[in-house]
Amino acid sequence: MTILIRGAAVLGGKAADILIDGDTIREVGSTTAAADRVIEAHGLVALPGLVDLHSHLREPGDEGSETILSGSRAAAAGGFTTVHAMANTSPVADTAELVELVAERGMHAGYVQVRPIGAVTRNLDGAQLADIGGMAHSSAAVTVFSDDGRCVGDALLMRRALEYVSTFGGVIAQHAQDPRLTIDAVVNEGRVSSELGLRGWPSVAEESIIARDVLLAEYVGARLHVCHISTAGSVDVIRWAKKRGIAVTAEVTPHHLLLTDERALTYDPVFKVNPPLRTADDIQQLRLAVADGTIDIVATDHAPHASSTKDCTWHDASFGMVGLESALSVVQHTLVDTGHITWPDVARILSVVPAAIGRVDGYGAPLAVGSRANITLVDPAHTANWDTSRLHGRSTNSPFIGTVLPGRVVSTIFNGTETVVDGSLVEPELVRNA
Amino acid sequence: MKHLISARGLEAAPTVAILDTTMDMVDVRTREVKKLPTLRGKTVANVFFEDSTRTRLSFEAAALALSADVTTFTTQGSSVSKGESLKDTLQTLEAMGADFIVLRHPHSGVASTVVNSGWVDAHIINAGDGTHEHPTQALLDAFTMRSRLRGENARGSDLAGISVVIVGDIFHSRVARSNALLLRTLGATVTLAAPQTLLPREIDSWGAAVVSTLDEAIDLQPDVVMTLRVQKERMTSGFFPSESEFAQLWGMNDSRLRRLPPTSIVMHPGPMNRGLEISGSVADSPQSTVTEQVANGVAVRMAVLYTLMGDSR
Repeated sequence: MTILIRGAAVLGGKAADILIDGDTIREVGSTTAAADRVIEAHGLVALPGLVDLHSHLREPGDEGSETILSGSRAAAAGGFTTVHAMANTSPVADTAELVELVAERGMHAGYVQVRPIGAVTRNLDGAQLADIGGMAHSSAAVTVFSDDGRCVGDALLMRRALEYVSTFGGVIAQHAQDPRLTIDAVVNEGRVSSELGLRGWPSVAEESIIARDVLLAEYVGARLHVCHISTAGSVDVIRWAKKRGIAVTAEVTPHHLLLTDERALTYDPVFKVNPPLRTADDIQQLRLAVADGTIDIVATDHAPHASSTKDCTWHDASFGMVGLESALSVVQHTLVDTGHITWPDVARILSVVPAAIGRVDGYGAPLAVGSRANITLVDPAHTANWDTSRLHGRSTNSPFIGTVLPGRVVSTIFNGTETVVDGSLVEPELVRNA
Repeated sequence: MKHLISARGLEAAPTVAILDTTMDMVDVRTREVKKLPTLRGKTVANVFFEDSTRTRLSFEAAALALSADVTTFTTQGSSVSKGESLKDTLQTLEAMGADFIVLRHPHSGVASTVVNSGWVDAHIINAGDGTHEHPTQALLDAFTMRSRLRGENARGSDLAGISVVIVGDIFHSRVARSNALLLRTLGATVTLAAPQTLLPREIDSWGAAVVSTLDEAIDLQPDVVMTLRVQKERMTSGFFPSESEFAQLWGMNDSRLRRLPPTSIVMHPGPMNRGLEISGSVADSPQSTVTEQVANGVAVRMAVLYTLMGDSR
């Protein structure tokens, strides 16, 4: 099977043709070759397939809100070809058997590569290390370990985890949240929490854990990845750590780049998320930090929830938002259209670097001849009111519904197989049999 | 006005109108026939997910005085405090004919959620939601201040020029929050006195001054000192070192009362911890308005029901 993409702006630059043969990019430039299938891509930007380091696919255990298949479809619709599935499923992904099951079901679904993340501690209980070696050496070859949803709060355990994971070349992805400083916390602490009478989640609860962890990582010589940083102070700590040569990487979510805590003022639970939405100043500093490389990647923290846990009071609602389908649009809106970064940077923060952090093969040379044929074509000129028709998972808890956002994924190609054609998902049978 | 959820949305003119209606309701309650037929055939459902006998009785008395039928639903069990059950509970009550739902809930924002969600069409009155607001308490406090301090000139007036100190656990107090907002709307100046541990962050938008101790606040010679109940669980969770230290620095006692102008009043929303936030002798002094507040509570709630009845959108 050969696919010819005609006239796409490669990484937002010059228009070129891209010839795919099987699962490999064969030619980039001007080609006269014939192909089994031709995609007219004039006006579209060609990006490498996107890589998400932080998704919750909910399977096993909460298939009512998402499955590996439905989450994979949401990912493909958003231009992703690889997603990392967080470990806080039920049962928790803390054994080789569990991570192998997740990886196999991802492969069977066929829309994206599903890379399981292993738990740091058994059952996420923060007490005893999970079967890290077993997961690393399993057929799923886990490289990222995280108790996400919970912080590895105990300093001694975090030290041991950093050391032990580095034995296998892996990385700890820390959910930085001091548990004691955030008891019952449900919204950013500040003017809004005081107005709403809701228990505040102070910025220092994130920043103090990051400060501790970068020092631990330096001390034991391990890699550290910090999930979803949300405050200006966290940016300062990461910047300081990088300057010092500490092997730390950091991610920010699309929603923390766009939405402020003011959204909570109506107590609409769709805006309840952890870490909470912060202030306009935090957003500005986070954007600048992506632009200057302090923040390495954007990751979605795609967190589907059944409607019953969002059609309720703020207190009873679950934390989290879906984000796979909207991530690229929000990145374009907040970072590209504002002039903070360019399309090659988008390829860096949404594909090359997340793949490097997760040690995922095939993303090192985006859209280069000989590379794996993971390609996303986006129409940056498209602008539309975001609505539920854009969502393809099982849950609709998107905070962007009703927001005008630019950009539309027109085509996604995963290992040489089209998963999205003309903006529509390809049917599961066709993807699976490819 | 269809619902009463928060003091934040209330403007001065309609608030003064409610206070004036309250005066009429006080008159009704001194008549031989203490009832009005206004809500005959209507049902007021008191839905209390948190125990508060006095607030519930106050709303019941108000509804009965307006000839409404009253249904009461009380529970503290966690199994019914989940959101879906709340939705189901309210829809059930409405299906049984509730025209007004008076809602008390331990979680902030619940009354807003009920209004915004469209779960029910009934009038919603927030009777206290978590640490957020308690707007009828703020109305009855404003009414009490106006009656005491304006006397015969009360009708039609706001609270311009009146200075109010609110002292104690501001952080956890829905009474303080609703009062600070409503008093500002009515033109009063508000000063908060509390340890830093019991002050919310970034409260500039409340339009209140902040001082550290009650003594500093007394130096301002306020017209009103509003004390707040300190909840038992705060006493053991590190917000202040001891009850005696709290009473010493933020308790309203005789010596502080003597330093106030004789026309100043001391308020408390009840129930009081005598000897902690307010001494027994201050509570029982002529300058205390504690029992008056309770009496005014019924009239204010009558006025609120009466006012909301006028808007059946």
